[in-house]
Amino acid sequence: MAYTFAEKALARAAHLPEAHAGAIVDAQPDVILSHDNTAAIYRLFRQLGVEKVKHPERLCITLDHAVPAPTTQHAQNHAEVRRFVAEQGVRHFFEAGRGICHQVLSEEALVLPGQLILGADSHTTHFGWLGAFGAGVGRSEVAALWATGELWLRVPESIRINLTGKLPFGVTAKDFCLKLIGDLGQDGGLYAAVEFHGDGIAALSLESRMVIPNMMAEFGAKTAYLPPDEAVFHYLAERRTRRGEPISVEALRAMALYPDPDANYLAEYTYDASQLQPMVACPHRVDNVVPLSQVRGTRVHQAFLGTCTNGRLEDLAAACEVIRGKRVASGTRLIVIPASSEVMREATRLGYITELLEAGAMIGVPGCGPCMGNHMGVPAVGEVTISSANRNFRGRMGTRESEIYLASPAVVAASAVAGYIADPRDVV
Amino acid sequence: MQLSGRCWVYGDDVNTDVIFPGKYTYTLTNVSQFAAHALEDLDPDFARQVQPGDIIVAGKNFGCGSSREQAAVCLKMAGVRAIVARSFARIFFRNCVNNGVLPIVCPEVTAHAEKGDQLEIDLDAHTIVLRKPSGATMQFSFPPISPSVMAIIQAGGLIPMLRRKLGTEHLPMPEVKFGGGD
Repeated sequence: MAYTFAEKALARAAHLPEAHAGAIVDAQPDVILSHDNTAAIYRLFRQLGVEKVKHPERLCITLDHAVPAPTTQHAQNHAEVRRFVAEQGVRHFFEAGRGICHQVLSEEALVLPGQLILGADSHTTHFGWLGAFGAGVGRSEVAALWATGELWLRVPESIRINLTGKLPFGVTAKDFCLKLIGDLGQDGGLYAAVEFHGDGIAALSLESRMVIPNMMAEFGAKTAYLPPDEAVFHYLAERRTRRGEPISVEALRAMALYPDPDANYLAEYTYDASQLQPMVACPHRVDNVVPLSQVRGTRVHQAFLGTCTNGRLEDLAAACEVIRGKRVASGTRLIVIPASSEVMREATRLGYITELLEAGAMIGVPGCGPCMGNHMGVPAVGEVTISSANRNFRGRMGTRESEIYLASPAVVAASAVAGYIADPRDVV
Repeated sequence: MQLSGRCWVYGDDVNTDVIFPGKYTYTLTNVSQFAAHALEDLDPDFARQVQPGDIIVAGKNFGCGSSREQAAVCLKMAGVRAIVARSFARIFFRNCVNNGVLPIVCPEVTAHAEKGDQLEIDLDAHTIVLRKPSGATMQFSFPPISPSVMAIIQAGGLIPMLRRKLGTEHLPMPEVKFGGGD
């Protein structure tokens, strides 16, 4: 019998000898993620009449969605999260300013290959970059997980996507994801586990790999998977050592799961990386994707570089590459929010932050920033934002009557400098 | 189990940002405030005119986007007991079930229903009768809902079902405030 990654991972998490697509299993996640919504989940948890979280060591909690607190109400919410953390003895808690949950848990090596992570956040698919099964669930389900340690999951069918060859200059993993979502639609991977394979994936930096499973939330996927390689094992091992909980590369290699070569897939698609070009998702759908050339020249009032999708060191480096020696256009604002304090520290050390500031950018505290419109960076009525985030739904950034275009960090930076949507290859 | 109600009809890929805007995820903390903002960025008439028992009919991928459970809860608070769609986004589907709202997959209803039509859903027979204002009717069937999902819906949601399972039903149920987070 041949199995997909999803079948192997959910069999392991449910302590079953095997699991087939379509089956419903009671899975026990290794990691349970929540963020600013932890206080709300705690209220649901209390309704269950249970006093103590069953496995507090499995909880990972970050404050990232509205940090530092913009209102008394937000501050009260954060305070409630801190009380919960203290009361239940949650060890893996990350304060406001540490960064976005998916980035922080990656940096802290809290999720390992072959593990199951369930989170009260739709972008929990992110952890596929390291070969884990990550899926978003609702708040009631996280409350249930805290109480019982397990949750029913349907074992998903899988889709296989191959990326061959090498991305051309100025084309990124983000462009590949936008192309894929544009081609197959925002429900192209509905309910499915999406596996990525091929030399085009292996050739990507780890930071670029993180973009892909993150974006698969916009494809309807339940989870996404990239085969973990030596680069992944070394990244995780080094970070675990740094954190004082060492794990060997050999142990990580042994945990990793790979689909069998003759596993069964719903569909298979192949993309040639060398044929890809910069892509843009136009308002108000993530699958309303066109080559950048078709929207070049669209006036932008705000450019936003950040988020769990594209707020990492190489994203800031790509922006600096474009911006170096230039200034943000008059009438356009550039907001840069590093995905974590580690990214911000390294970007400072390497001079990126200085370069961005000199170009006229504003730099924000690591966190989700203006992505979902609940605090800063809200656009005015009629304004256009170009963003490195993952969603451009109407009203997403807080103003219904505004427009959001999604693109790679280099395109965001080039557009900030031009004042209109621009191709970084024309600027550099 | 049978349900009947008036239809509100929407298109494909209705996302959770237009069902329950992110800007309210921290500012509205009490579920009683949710209904007034249901579907606010898609159809401002909905919250003003919705009546208890109304049914939403939609295209494919209903509820895509954020995992925010408020999207399901705001529709429930508005009185919606069932949503019939061509397909559902997976987290939203689970959030509906976990809050006792029925998600039913029936593409034929999507193809024929118009705003104001009447729907009669029979969960035992797996059929939906669509009644036009003219009196004309059409009948469709839908795949049976799995027993595990029906058990959660019949219990009124995941929390009440788990209270039963954990033997904590006799304990007082603290009032739910929902806010705080996407």
